[in-house]
Amino acid sequence: MPEAIKQTSAEPMILMEGVHKWYGQFHVLKDINLSVQQGERIVLCGPSGSGKSTAIRCLNRLEEHQQGRIIIDGTELTHDLKHIEAVRREVGMVFQHFNLFPHLTVLQNCTLAPMWVRKMPKREAEEVAMHYLERVRIPEQAHKYPGQLSGGQQQRVAIARALCMKPKIMLFDEPTSALDPEMVKEVLDTMVGLAEDGMTMLCVTHEMGFARTVANRVIFLDKGEIVEENEPEAFFTNPQNERTQLFLSQIIH
Amino acid sequence: MQTTANAPRPGGSVWTDPKARAWLFQILAVIAVVALGWFLFDNTQTNLEKRGITSGFSFLNNSAGFGIAQHLIDYDESNSYGRVFVVGLLNTLLVSVIGIVLATLLGFLLGVARLSPNWLISKLATVYIEIFRNIPPLLQIFFWYFAVMLSLPGPRQSMGVGETFFLNSRGLYMPAPSPGDNFGLFAGAVIVAIIGVMLLSRWSKARFEATGRLFPVSLGAIPLLIGLPGLAILLGGNPLQWSMPALTGFNFTGGWVLIPELMALTLALTIYTAAFIAENVRSGIQAVNHGQTEAARSLGLPAGKTLRLVIIPQALRVIIPPLTSQYLNLAKNSSLAAGIGYPDMVSLFAGTVLNQTGQAIEVIAITMSVYLAISISISMLMNWYNKRIALIER
Amino acid sequence: MQIHTFKPDLPPPALSVGVVGWLRANLFSSWFNTLLTLFAAYLVWLIVPPLIQWALIDADWTGTTRADCTSGGACWVFVQQRFGQFMYGFYPTELRWRVDLTLWLAVIGAAPLFIPQIPRKAFYGLVFLVVYPLVAYWLLHGGFFGLSTVSTSRWGGLMLTLVIAAVGIAGALPLGVVLALGRRSDMPAIRVICVTFIEFWRGVPLITVLFMSSVMLPLFLPEGMSFDKLMRALIGVILFQSAYIAEVVRGGLQAIPKGQYEAAAAMGLGYWRTMGLVILPQAMKLVIPGIVNTFIALFKDTSLVIIIGLFDLLNSIKQATTDPAWLGMATEGYVFAALIFWIFCFGMSRYSQHLERKLDTGHKR
Repeated sequence: MPEAIKQTSAEPMILMEGVHKWYGQFHVLKDINLSVQQGERIVLCGPSGSGKSTAIRCLNRLEEHQQGRIIIDGTELTHDLKHIEAVRREVGMVFQHFNLFPHLTVLQNCTLAPMWVRKMPKREAEEVAMHYLERVRIPEQAHKYPGQLSGGQQQRVAIARALCMKPKIMLFDEPTSALDPEMVKEVLDTMVGLAEDGMTMLCVTHEMGFARTVANRVIFLDKGEIVEENEPEAFFTNPQNERTQLFLSQIIH
Repeated sequence: MQTTANAPRPGGSVWTDPKARAWLFQILAVIAVVALGWFLFDNTQTNLEKRGITSGFSFLNNSAGFGIAQHLIDYDESNSYGRVFVVGLLNTLLVSVIGIVLATLLGFLLGVARLSPNWLISKLATVYIEIFRNIPPLLQIFFWYFAVMLSLPGPRQSMGVGETFFLNSRGLYMPAPSPGDNFGLFAGAVIVAIIGVMLLSRWSKARFEATGRLFPVSLGAIPLLIGLPGLAILLGGNPLQWSMPALTGFNFTGGWVLIPELMALTLALTIYTAAFIAENVRSGIQAVNHGQTEAARSLGLPAGKTLRLVIIPQALRVIIPPLTSQYLNLAKNSSLAAGIGYPDMVSLFAGTVLNQTGQAIEVIAITMSVYLAISISISMLMNWYNKRIALIER
Repeated sequence: MQIHTFKPDLPPPALSVGVVGWLRANLFSSWFNTLLTLFAAYLVWLIVPPLIQWALIDADWTGTTRADCTSGGACWVFVQQRFGQFMYGFYPTELRWRVDLTLWLAVIGAAPLFIPQIPRKAFYGLVFLVVYPLVAYWLLHGGFFGLSTVSTSRWGGLMLTLVIAAVGIAGALPLGVVLALGRRSDMPAIRVICVTFIEFWRGVPLITVLFMSSVMLPLFLPEGMSFDKLMRALIGVILFQSAYIAEVVRGGLQAIPKGQYEAAAAMGLGYWRTMGLVILPQAMKLVIPGIVNTFIALFKDTSLVIIIGLFDLLNSIKQATTDPAWLGMATEGYVFAALIFWIFCFGMSRYSQHLERKLDTGHKR
């Protein structure tokens, strides 16, 4: 772990301590320990079924962990709905399949949560929404429906929608896996821009170029365990573990 | 050479030109249909002449000469067949409307129950659906009528709730309201209260958009809806006069009565159709991708708002088209009334009137046209609605 | 190079699995859920024990008359005594073997169609569909080749219900396919004729159709030509049902991708060959579940023939309950009828769901 960051800031934004999760009898997450400081950008990778998606979905309790502690910005995730909703307000999430609301326009997608959760007046919510839509460079699509946009545009709207809640942490669950190759770049560019502004980010992705340019740390998961954790340069050029090496040899041609 | 001789010539014959063939085919089809129509019409003419039946709709003005157990408009034996038709139509509409309202409520409840995370509730709903949708509706009507309603105790041994409601083999008796002296003031107060609630909800929506703060409309609506009419009653006295059912001799007089035929029919149609509506509701909700719920929850929307703002608007688009066809089915199934003698349009008109007058063609044509008119107008409405709500895609 | 040693899989915490975990997750996950569970359990307790008490524990099973029913529960003696009538109507007792034989022939004859290993099913099915109705008519109705005539007015009970349903679907299927093709045709006149026909029958209740076929059909026919009551009902049922079949088949035709039509055209197939060799075999496979569902609806609808005075299963039971010797048996009678209808309909709906699942895997696009 990079020493510099560990020393500068006291309380981590994300803290996972001995987290375990089971699907029925299947042990998906085994003793996950992770601490993320404010402004850190983490990339999670690993073979399919390694539990990386499950791990980040536990962070806003789309999945429930059964053992260990998860503390987000000082709030522990428990059965208490109040805590869960408080955490979800501060954590934005972007999904592999966008999950935009098809019955609402792009603008309505972006203003829904600010109005109903943050109690923001409509006019203000729309101003915020337009601000972020400009930031992801599609303000002209504001009055269209998600179904009328390309995959890359939809994913950028999804990012803007999450940003409209002004989250402290952004989670990305394979944001480019469902996109056609020519659209991957526009989404990655948006994410790089976000990283440059100092957003705390956790990203499940296989885009190694993105990991190299943006991440502070790359974490490799396999069979529900953290196998290796390192700075991107070291991770890619000099993997310490044979599982990591095997994985990298399969995804980098 | 052989090949040149066999090469198709421009123009060709009727048999090798697809366009000409299509024309020929269509002309033949039309001729066949017209010929069949003429054949039937001609036979009918001959048959009617031989039996001495004069066709035409003048019989509608003749006096019917029979009584009807339930009529929503004034009716007695001297009224015409035309009025019998109206009475029957209104009775059909009555049972359809009651059935549709109740089946929708029960069906939505069961559909949601089937998706409940509670194992017992969802299993109970499944058992209900699987039992009742697999038993013919007519059989269910018979069961409620012959096995349940008719074996209720007679009027003298009625089951009563207080001194206001009585259930016996002649039906369900209940108090009937009629306007009293103070009715005008009371009605005025109700209307003012309703307008007030509408204004309130409008204001609250505007305020929500302007400031983001929600005003619970029910907080203002309930006092308004109870208070204003209450005040009217305090000022002017009782607005309604209730006519109470009372046992006189062997039967009840006064009040309203739901005849057992109506109750059996409504019960059976509600229970039967609710099973189908429940399945539509379930598949409608399931059609909304789980990712939608996850996205809404990850934005911080609580469960209730997720349901109201994200899931229901999408599910309704899937549910409403099959729901209307269930409504149509219920309206059509209300014609099963003929099996137990509820005086609906089919049993009155296609049953009794047809038997009395012998005007088979006219009577059946009128009956079928009514159902056709209902079906066509509903499906036109549906097409319009589907176009309007279709999710906009590329 | 390090070699990572994976930690062993641990069993999940006891509270989340096993009976306790299951109960917690499915019945008592929150106070609201617990309340629902208690409410549902109360409902079950309210309905199930009295029902079992009435139908099984307190019921009378043996005897010959109403007087043998003394225990206060269901009087199944009634059903037992009238069983023959419920199954065969007024079919002469000594000739009932003919009905049984017809049914067995149907079961044995149709069985190969449901065994996946049998080859050339389409051909066999076609032969069966042509031969069986003739044999069945001969057995049931008789009148030639040495069998005495049993007029249709003596047919009744479950047998009549099955006859109406079977003839209804057998007649409606070909007509429905033709109508569906007509509705999808490029020729406007054909399309209009088919759409009008389909929408007319779908717009009116079956009961008015039955009224029509029983009182209007005699007027439509030329002098000297007449059908018996059953035949008239069957014509009404077939016309009515064919419209519903047509809509189901149309759904299947629409599900066939355009590429299939283009590929057939590119191979130089004409309209009928395209339909018969390429489109219909695929479409019909897709619509089998839909057809089974239509058949379930038809099977339930057969009970409507009571309106025009035919003695199907429901009417036979209704008549029996009005017998002065068996008054007060309405509940037993209708529960029995419901049970029979339910077994048929539920069985078929399960079969159709099974087919849907089976076909679903083969048609993921």
